[in-house]
Amino acid sequence: MSEFAIDVHGLVKRFGDKTAVNGISIQMPRGQVWGFLGPNGSGKTTTIRMICGLLKVSEGSGTCLGFDVVSESKKIKAHTGYMTQKFSFWEDLTIRENIEFVGRLYQLPKLRERVGQTLETLGLTDRQHQLAGDLSGGWKQRLALAAVTMHKPELLLLDEPTAGVDPQARREFWDQIHYLTAQGMTVLVSTHYMDEAERCDEIVYLANGALLTQGRVNDIIDQSGLVTYKAEGVGVRQLSEIIGLEPGVEHVSYFGSALHVSGPDAALIEQALNKTGKVDGLEWHEVRPSLEDTFIALMNRAGMDTRVHS
Amino acid sequence: MRRDRLTFAMMFGIPIVQLVIFGYAINTDPKLLPTAVHAEEQTPIVRTLISGMKTSGYFDFVAATSDPRETAEMLARGEVAFVVSFPVGFTQQLVRGDRPQVLVEADATDPSAASNAIGYLNTIFTRALAHDLNGPLRALAAQPPPYELIVHPKYNPEGITQYNIVPGLLGVILTLTLVMIMATTMAREVERGTMENLLALPAEPHEVMIAKITPYVMVGTVQTVVILLAASILFSVPFVGSLFVLLFGISIFMIANLALGFAFSTVAKSQLQAMQLSIFFFLPSLLLSGFMFPFRGMPQWAQTIGEVLPLTHFLRVVRGVMLKGTGIADLQQPFLMMTGFAVVACVIAMLRYRRTLD
Ligand SMILES: Nc1ncnc2c1ncn2[C@@H]1O[C@H](COP(=O)(O)OP(=O)(O)OP(=O)(O)O)[C@@H](O)[C@H]1O
Ligand SMILES: [Mg+2]
Repeated sequence: MSEFAIDVHGLVKRFGDKTAVNGISIQMPRGQVWGFLGPNGSGKTTTIRMICGLLKVSEGSGTCLGFDVVSESKKIKAHTGYMTQKFSFWEDLTIRENIEFVGRLYQLPKLRERVGQTLETLGLTDRQHQLAGDLSGGWKQRLALAAVTMHKPELLLLDEPTAGVDPQARREFWDQIHYLTAQGMTVLVSTHYMDEAERCDEIVYLANGALLTQGRVNDIIDQSGLVTYKAEGVGVRQLSEIIGLEPGVEHVSYFGSALHVSGPDAALIEQALNKTGKVDGLEWHEVRPSLEDTFIALMNRAGMDTRVHS
Repeated sequence: MRRDRLTFAMMFGIPIVQLVIFGYAINTDPKLLPTAVHAEEQTPIVRTLISGMKTSGYFDFVAATSDPRETAEMLARGEVAFVVSFPVGFTQQLVRGDRPQVLVEADATDPSAASNAIGYLNTIFTRALAHDLNGPLRALAAQPPPYELIVHPKYNPEGITQYNIVPGLLGVILTLTLVMIMATTMAREVERGTMENLLALPAEPHEVMIAKITPYVMVGTVQTVVILLAASILFSVPFVGSLFVLLFGISIFMIANLALGFAFSTVAKSQLQAMQLSIFFFLPSLLLSGFMFPFRGMPQWAQTIGEVLPLTHFLRVVRGVMLKGTGIADLQQPFLMMTGFAVVACVIAMLRYRRTLD
C-alpha cells in the first residue's frame, strides 16, 4: 500500500492547443483533508478529473491509492468517491433509485440495507420516492455526498461541494467531512471559500494551471512575509484607491467594513498610511494577514492576471 | 452549423442517398426473377417456351429438375419466385390440339413482385410459339392458345397486399423506434450532465450497454404484441408457421437494432446527431429491404446493400413464418445474418465507447 493517497508528477492536460493544467505535482498523505484552491479556470476540476481517470493525462504520471492514473483507472474508480462540481445524478430517477443505482455499480453487498441506512443518515427516508431533480440545491449536494461515500471509498474527491449551499448546511457538510476523515478517509476538496480552506490540513493553490503554493495555512501566511494593516471606520472606503498607489503597498482589499492594506515591508506601509491614511481619526493596527490577503499577494507577485476569462 | 460536421453531412447525404435509391435502385417491374423449371419431357416445343420466357427478361432459370418435391422446397425457402411445370405428354397433347396445362406456381407473398411477370406470360408463350407453329400446325396458333396456363399464386392466393405489408410493418416499426431511442441514450447522458458521474462509477462498457438495452427490449416486446394482435384481428393475416420461431427471430432482430442504436449513440455528440444517424440508416432499410419494393427488382449493388440490413432478413423470417410456415431449418441464413449484424454492432459500440470525458 502506497504511503500517499495521491502521488502525481508533472500532470499536464491540453485541450487542443490550450493548456488547462501545466505540470502539477501533488503528494498527499493518507488520512488528511486537503483544500484545492484557485481562481475560476485555474485547472482544479481538470486536475481532479485526471487523478480519478476521467480525463486522459496529456503528460506526466503518478498513482492514486497506489494505482496508476494512466492505466488503472478502473481500480481507482472502485476505491474513490468523486463528487462532481455540477450535480450529475439522474434527475429523472427518484432519490432512492439514484442511491440504489450507484450502490449496484459499486457492487455493494446487502444493497437494500445499505440504501436504507444511507437514506436514514441523510434524513431523506420520507422523501425517497421524490425525483432527485426536485430537490433544492443544498439537498442535491447532500444526496451526492451520500451517494459517493456509500461504498466507503479510501479517497474522496469533492469538487466545490458547498457551492450554493447555505451557511448552516455548509457547516454540517464540513462536520460530515471531518467525521469521514476520522474514520480514515482521505479527502481532497476544492473550494472558493477561505473559511473552508482554513479547516483543511493543507491547501494546494493553483493559478493558470500551475501550482502557485502549497502547505499549511499558517505556513503559507508566514512564508509570504506579508504585513497587513487594518482599519475600520466611516471614511475608509474613499481611501482605498489612493493608498493603493503608494510605494510599498501591494494591495488593498475590503473585509466586511474593514480595509486591509498589505505589503512586504512594514516600514513602507506605515509611511504610506501616515501620508494618506490618517483621516477622520482612523485607527490602523497591524493584523495577521488573512489567507485571502496572502493569495492576492502571491498572485500579484507571480504577475498573473487573477482570473482566466475564457 | 460549421462546427457540426455531421449535421452538415446529413443535410446533403440524405437527399443524395434518396435520389440514388429512388432513381436507380427502385424498380416496380422486377425482371430476372429466379425460376425453377420442372419439365417431364424435353421436346423442341418445351424448349421454345422456356427460351421464350428467358428472352422476355422476366425469368431467370436457376434450376431444372424432374422432382416436384425439390421445386416445392425451393419455392418455400424463397430461392425461386416461380416454378414452371410441363407435364408428361405436353407436346403430344399440344400438337393434337388438346390444350395441355402449363402450371406456374408463384410465390405470391409479395403480390406485386410476381404480378407483372405472370401477366405477360400468355403473350410470351404465344410469341415464342409463333415460330414453331408453322406448316401443318399453323391452325393451332389461332385463338385460344393451344395450351392452358394455370397460375397458382401460393402462400397468398388472393394476392392481398396487407398480408405482405403488415408483418413487414412489424420490422419497420421495430427498426425505427429501437434504433432511434437507443441512438440518443449516450447523448442524453452528456446533455443532462450525468455522463461525468456515469464515467466516474466503476461500470464497464458492456454493463452500461446491457443496462441501456434491457428496458427497450421490453418496449419492443410490447410493440410486437400489439402489431401481431392487430395483424390477426384487424387484417386477418394468416399465421401458418411456428410462433416460437417467429419470437426467436424477433429477439435477434431487436437486439441487432438496439446494438446498432447503441453504436450510433457512442458516435453521436448530440441527440440531433443521433436522430440524423438513425434516419440515415432507416431510409435504406425501408427502401432496400424489400419492404416497399420487391427485393428482386433491385440491381445487384442495391441487393448487396440490402443483404447487410437486418430488416431484409427479418422480412424473410416474418413473411416466411407467418405466410409460408417456413421452419427454423430453412431460416438459418437470415438468423445468422441478423446475429452477425448484432455482433458487429456490439463490437463497434464497445470500441467506440468513451471511457473518459475527453
Ligand atoms: N473539455 C474542455 N475543453 C476545452 N477546455 C477545457 C475543457 N475543460 C476545461 N477546459 C479549460 O481548462 C481550464 C481549466 O478549467 P477547470 O474547469 O479545470 O477550472 P476550475 O479550476 O475547476 O475552475 P472553476 O473554479 O470555475 O470550477 C479552463 O480555462 C477551461 O476553459
Ligand atoms: Mg471546477
